[in-house]
Formats: sequence, C-alpha cells, structure tokens
Amino acid sequence: MEDDKIHIEGLSYSYGDVRALHEITLDIPAEAITVLFGPAGGGKTTLLRLINRLNDLVDGTHMEGRIHLDGEDIYRPGVDVTDLRRRVGMVFALPLPLPGTVRSNVLYGPALAGIRDQARLQETLERSLAQAALWDEVKDRLDDPASALSGGQQQRLCIARSLALEPEVLLLDEPTSGLDPISTGKVEESLFELKKDYTIVIVPHSVQQAARVADHAAFLLQGELIEHQEGKRVFTQPQKQRTEDYITGRFG
Amino acid sequence: MNRQVVQRLGFALLGAVALIVVIPIVLVIGIIVVRGAGAISWGFLTEMPRDGMTAGGILPAIVGTLVLTFGTAIVAIPMGVGGAIYLSEYARDTWLTRAVRLAIINLAGVPSVVYGLFGLGLFVLFLQFGTSILAGSLTLSIMTLPVIISAAEEALRAVPTEFRTVSASLGGTKWQGIQRIVLPQAFPGIITGVLLGLLRAAGETAPILFTVAAFYLPYLPHSPFDQTMALPYHLFVISTQVPGMPDEIKYGTALVLLVLVLSMNLVATLIRGYFRRRREW
Repeated sequence: MEDDKIHIEGLSYSYGDVRALHEITLDIPAEAITVLFGPAGGGKTTLLRLINRLNDLVDGTHMEGRIHLDGEDIYRPGVDVTDLRRRVGMVFALPLPLPGTVRSNVLYGPALAGIRDQARLQETLERSLAQAALWDEVKDRLDDPASALSGGQQQRLCIARSLALEPEVLLLDEPTSGLDPISTGKVEESLFELKKDYTIVIVPHSVQQAARVADHAAFLLQGELIEHQEGKRVFTQPQKQRTEDYITGRFG
Repeated sequence: MNRQVVQRLGFALLGAVALIVVIPIVLVIGIIVVRGAGAISWGFLTEMPRDGMTAGGILPAIVGTLVLTFGTAIVAIPMGVGGAIYLSEYARDTWLTRAVRLAIINLAGVPSVVYGLFGLGLFVLFLQFGTSILAGSLTLSIMTLPVIISAAEEALRAVPTEFRTVSASLGGTKWQGIQRIVLPQAFPGIITGVLLGLLRAAGETAPILFTVAAFYLPYLPHSPFDQTMALPYHLFVISTQVPGMPDEIKYGTALVLLVLVLSMNLVATLIRGYFRRRREW
C-alpha cells in the first residue's frame, strides 16, 4: 500500500522484565487521523514514543521488530535521530511549555535546526500558531511568558511548537486530557484541518473522542493489537468481543 | 502537669536552643566589628604593612586572597560544573560512576590540612611549581571541587526531565537541550554552590599554609609563580607569631576577611532569591 506513511511490523518492546508491546503489526496511512485507543497500560504511549525514537532516552529496554517511515527502517544504524524527530513531531499529555516566551517556545525547534532568517521565522511563527488555532488569542502576547497562558492555550502552543518544524507526522499523546470541553473542541478542530497535510497518530483521552476524530482506529489491550479497522467501524461493528466490551464500557 | 504546660515548656526549651545557636554568631560578628572597625581606614586597605606588620595596611593580604580565590574559580568552576553535567546528564549508572560519586563524597570530608599536605607533595614538590599562587590555587581548587560538583549536580537534577524530553522531541541534540534549557534553569543552584565553595576556599588557612602563603611580603604578586600573603594566614601569623601586635590590627584584619566572605555569601543568597522568583515551574 503506497499511501501508508508508517509501517510497523512484528514490534515487541519491554522495559526490563515488563512487556509493554507484543508483536504489533500496523499500517498508518498518510493524511489521515489514526487513533490508538484502549485502557491504561495498553502500550499506546510506548508505541507513540517508539515512532520518533523518544524511548532512546530510556535505559534498560528491549525492542524487536521494525518501524518503517516512508519505507525506511527508522532504527537502522546511521539514522539521524534528531532529523527523524523533526519529521515526526510529538505533543505530550500535559502541556509542557519550555521556560521562555510564547515566541521562543514556537521557534525553539527551528532555532535548534539553525534557522536564523528573521522573515522566515516570523512566517513560521504565524503559520504554526494559526494552524494550532491559537494565533488570534496570542498575537498580542507573543513576548509574554508561555506559562502565563491558560492550560488550553498552552497545549495548543505545544502543538504549534511541533508544527513549527513542518513535520510529516504528528504524534499526539492524550493532547486534551487536561483541557475543558471548549479547548478540547478547538484542538480537535485544528486536527481536522491538519490532517489534510499531515499524518496524525493520536492517543485519545476517551472512547468518545476516539470515535469523533478517527479515520482509522486501532484497539490496544495489554500490549497487544486486538483489532484495527478503517473508518469508524471499530466503534459500531467491532469484530472482537474484547473491543466491544471496552467500547460499551464493560471495563477500562 | 497538664498538656498545655508541657507544650509551653517544650516551646520555651526549643526557643532557648534556637537562641543559643544565634548567640555565637552575633557575638563573633559584634566583637569583631566593635574592636576592628577602628582600624579600618583607606590606608589600612590600600597600604603595604610596615614595621614588622605592626603598622601600615594589609593590601598584599587582601590582594592575595582575591587572587587565590580567582585562581581557584578559574580551575574549579569549569571542572566542577563540567563534572556535574557529566554525572547528571550523561553518565549511566555503572560501578565507575558510583566510584566517582563515592570519591566526591569522601573528598568533601577530608580535613583541609590534608589537602595542604597533598598540595605540598604534588604541586609544590613533585610538579615543581614551588610555593606559589599556582600551587595554592590548585590545592584550593581540589578542596572546593566536591562542594561545587555536589551542588551543581543537585541543581541539574532538580530541572524536570520533561524539559529534556520536549527538547529532544523538537529535534534537539542532548547537548542543545542541556545548553538552552537545563543549564539556564539550573543556573541559580549552580552559582550558589560555586560561591559557597569559593567562600570556603577564601577563608581557609591550612591548604595555603604549605603551598603559597608568605609570612611577610610587602609586595604585590607579579606572576602565578610568586608567593603571596593571604588574609586568613596573615591573621593567624599576626595573632600568634608576632609579639606586640596591636589588637586593633588583628581585629581589623579579621573584619576585612569577614566582610569579604559574608558579602560573597550575601551575593549567593541574592542571586538564588532573584532566580527563584523568576522560575517558571
């Protein structure tokens, strides 16, 4: 399938003796939202963090299997990890603005990449904040400390910060878990805009959100991929009993 | 006795203990200020000692202590902060890093006169630096390193891990994250540790006794290979080795040393307070 942006094959992962993922095989299509959902401890966050190799920072882990991005094994020796992370952005569960201003947060990635051209940085700043549906709220506060923004604004700032690098893939780990319904709505709206250009993988904070945003959905339970379907069929016609039990609220 | 009486007695006792802790500090500062203030004059601070140190100023001792502290800073700050960055950010938990940490803890407990003897053996004699500012600064540096490393490592570890993760997720190398986020956030803690370490170095007598300090040298040093007078050693000498020394000069010298060290302490406290208020997490 040539539209598949990411191809995961036979992926197993453990922290010490604790098994987090077991033989996951999953294709993630380009320019669509793929939802990874399931109860806590199912390995969703671990799977996300493996796609941009953030788990390289963790000691004492073991991995088997492969992850391909555009057909290239991202764990092949010689891959430039910083370059990979520029192509695959990440937004975390809690808004984590870096110390500094709104502006410096958004431009942190481009600055690291060595971009100095002021006109280009200004363009990046406006585009990223607009894409994250935040520009109108902060355009007069660009030099305020990022910590002065509300929680919802901070989380959209973190999305803008990832978008500033013009990534190809955006990974979102429960990006609305700390937000009120209005902010959540804004974040989801911006995701619908973004999926026109980006490959989005999101761990939603509820089954309802999963059903709202999914173009594809994968159900993970205790490190295993139970079921993966196109569209929202997982939520209406689950193939497996365990999926049905979860989405109908019998556990989790 | 009922509970209220017990409680009141307890508080009274604890208050008394707290007061007893304060008394010596107040007395030390008070006595030195009262008896030494009379000696302080422009001349005392800017002139060479005369008449076997019983008259004139203490300029060479002041300059010597400043030079030694500066020399210690040049060596100990990069080594200490660099070592702390390595231990906190890069080193994995192996037997080697555990040995290094153990060594640092033990170094902090070594009596200062032992450092003095070590400096004499290594820098003065073996490396043939002679009794010199170089040998003294290096000796003081080794004594100061464990203080700086421990404080800096603690300050670095206090910076939330998430900042490092975020920086990496935005395509930063480990060093870029350290340089742009972690170090600036840890800066107040590091500077406090550095100043406290240097402050100890500035006030020490034993490590400089064999390595640099001159008994009576009414000149300013010209090169790192010169000897120099220094305030703590000068104070020791004029208090015990020179008969007929006017009390005022002794207390005046003590006052200058005290002001020097306490002002560094004050600067450390101010810097820490300033950055704490500005911290955003």
